[in-house]
Amino acid sequence: MKELKILGIVTVFTLILYWGVEPFAHSQMHKHVEGDDFKYADLPALKVKGNAQNGQALAAACVGCHSIKTQGMAAPMDAVTSAQTYGVNPPDLSNIGALLDEKFLAHFLLDPAKVTKSKHFAMPPSAGSEQDAADIVAYFKSIAPKDVSPKEAYVTACGRCHANRYDHWTQIGDVPKTKSNIKTGVDLDALEFKKKVGIYQNKLADYMGKLPPDLSIIIRARSEKFLETFIEDPQSQLPGTAMPRVGLTKEGYEKVKAYLEKTGDPSKPLREETGPKVLLFFVIFTFLAFLWKKSMWKGHH
Amino acid sequence: MAHFDENARPFSHKWLNERLAIDTLKRVLSTEYWIPKNINFLWAMGMVLAATFGLLLISGIFLLMYYQPNTQLAFDSVNYTIMSEVGYGWLWRHIHGVGASVVFLIIYIHMFTGIYYGSYKKGRELIWLSGMLLFVLFSAEAFSGYMLPWGQMSYWAGMVITNLFSGGSLHANGLVEWIRGDYVPGQAFLNRFFMLHVLLVPLAIIGVIVLHFGTLRIPHVNNQDGEEIDFEEAAELYKAGKVKESKVIPFNPVFLSKDVFVMGVYFILFFYLVFYHFEFAMDPVNFDPADPLKTPTHIYPEWYFLWSYEVLRPFPTDPGLVAFGFAQVIFFLLPFLDRSPNVAPASRRGAFKFWFWALLIDMIVLTFMGKLPPEGIWSTIGLIAALTFIGLWIALPIITAKEKKL
Repeated sequence: MKELKILGIVTVFTLILYWGVEPFAHSQMHKHVEGDDFKYADLPALKVKGNAQNGQALAAACVGCHSIKTQGMAAPMDAVTSAQTYGVNPPDLSNIGALLDEKFLAHFLLDPAKVTKSKHFAMPPSAGSEQDAADIVAYFKSIAPKDVSPKEAYVTACGRCHANRYDHWTQIGDVPKTKSNIKTGVDLDALEFKKKVGIYQNKLADYMGKLPPDLSIIIRARSEKFLETFIEDPQSQLPGTAMPRVGLTKEGYEKVKAYLEKTGDPSKPLREETGPKVLLFFVIFTFLAFLWKKSMWKGHH
Repeated sequence: MAHFDENARPFSHKWLNERLAIDTLKRVLSTEYWIPKNINFLWAMGMVLAATFGLLLISGIFLLMYYQPNTQLAFDSVNYTIMSEVGYGWLWRHIHGVGASVVFLIIYIHMFTGIYYGSYKKGRELIWLSGMLLFVLFSAEAFSGYMLPWGQMSYWAGMVITNLFSGGSLHANGLVEWIRGDYVPGQAFLNRFFMLHVLLVPLAIIGVIVLHFGTLRIPHVNNQDGEEIDFEEAAELYKAGKVKESKVIPFNPVFLSKDVFVMGVYFILFFYLVFYHFEFAMDPVNFDPADPLKTPTHIYPEWYFLWSYEVLRPFPTDPGLVAFGFAQVIFFLLPFLDRSPNVAPASRRGAFKFWFWALLIDMIVLTFMGKLPPEGIWSTIGLIAALTFIGLWIALPIITAKEKKL
């Protein structure tokens, strides 16, 4: 009985200590940001309905800078040349209809800098009216693939600024498999690629003010709440940041998160599988130890 | 010259006994090493600590096989190679990280148990002193280990802590550079902390653990009532079969059986943390690679250093360093500052009872404030708690000298 009382005291003090240095301290250190669940409530609802056919004609202007690979439209310039021209490589538009919020996208076409909250956004306003914007959005929704993989979501939404070295992703694509010269160990193709990435990164850093961080392990460096509210609206967490609001839908964000979890916390499935077994082992161990203790202390009191 | 039986089979019991005195060793160190019966589970914390140290050592050896002490490679060797390429590397790392944090929780429980029951007095001074030495060594081990992943917190904590050696207005920058091997933490810094973490400090820890056990053997462990036991008499009674009347039990197997049971309960908690709740031991900030051009918004040490950090922080530089130095050494002096002749639980020692709980609560308050940003009300509370900490230690000899003999 006395031992249980002592255990109770030790437990209470330990829990108070934990509360103070973890949940309480973190609640005081980080500012609280209320997300709006990717609804983009600051943007007014669209007053018109889009027409995909009209949109298709209007979207022809997009391929002046962007590619729409699923529709057989290639980019006019490669990634490095694009970065040299605009500061960053414009995204492929094949799956934006599946990942980005409809309302966001329409307002974005009307005024990119305002909607992204990024002062020096490279893309100019690209729709003449709300009707045009809605039509273009309707077109991209009509060509959007049903299923977008987590990596595809990352590439479209984040991948042109943020590398992910644990998945061999650079801002200009996957690191290609190359072979080195067997006699010298020199891998010219790899060096060539490295140089391209370097040029791209320098241009990107000029455009953004600094090189956006590699996101390989960001899932463990930031809390889930931070990532969610930050991606939804970067200014809410980091006022003045050059990162634009990208306008992901909730599902789009979940896909990006799944990818970040895969590269930053790959042991999760095995951890969940192994945990119960190890705990079961120690429960049995403790039970046997208890029986041993009981038999050893027999007649001692 | 001792007598050796030439007919004894090599490695037989007799052969070993003549050469190693294994029977005597076993008797002295285990089966006739007497432990008071009147104890509770807090007396198992020593073995729990030994077991945790074992876990840290084993997991550390596995991590050492893949870790790269190089400022360019260290971060990814930990976060990529060990976490995703090495089979169960994540498990070893989480055991190591959680173990490093939990070991301090158990150390503090172990220390406060000693303070509560007066287990540092009357022949037990060396147990306390060697234990405190272990505390310092574990702190050095924890700090040096924290540098190794070369994340943002490794780098900046390394910067801040080595800066302390400039001695405030002494401006001993030469000393700081000598410790770092550079003007700022860099390759030389990482290499030497790597050496400290995997060789010198663990060697010293193992040596002092042996010393700590040694200091315990003659005075024996204390008991729940601080009762002075005639161990020889009690042992005779036990050996005569009167186990119920005897006040002692042998370390092996009776005390050990309870130790192992407590360890089992502890391991359940430990591995629950390892699998389901390891984040508390692995600060998110350290998952950003070290960046000398970007200071993190909040720099704070791991939770177990927060109280002493907060004794430093609320004061101006020079008095702060003096207060910090005070906090580092004052626990060593406990056996000499406690002037009371009583070895008894704090609950029976009058004013000391209040002193004990005041110290515990004050250190928890210091710990909280050490992590919070030093602004507004938090820095005021921190300052009061730091002054209280110093005041409590100054008051200790006075209140214990006035204590009535029980």
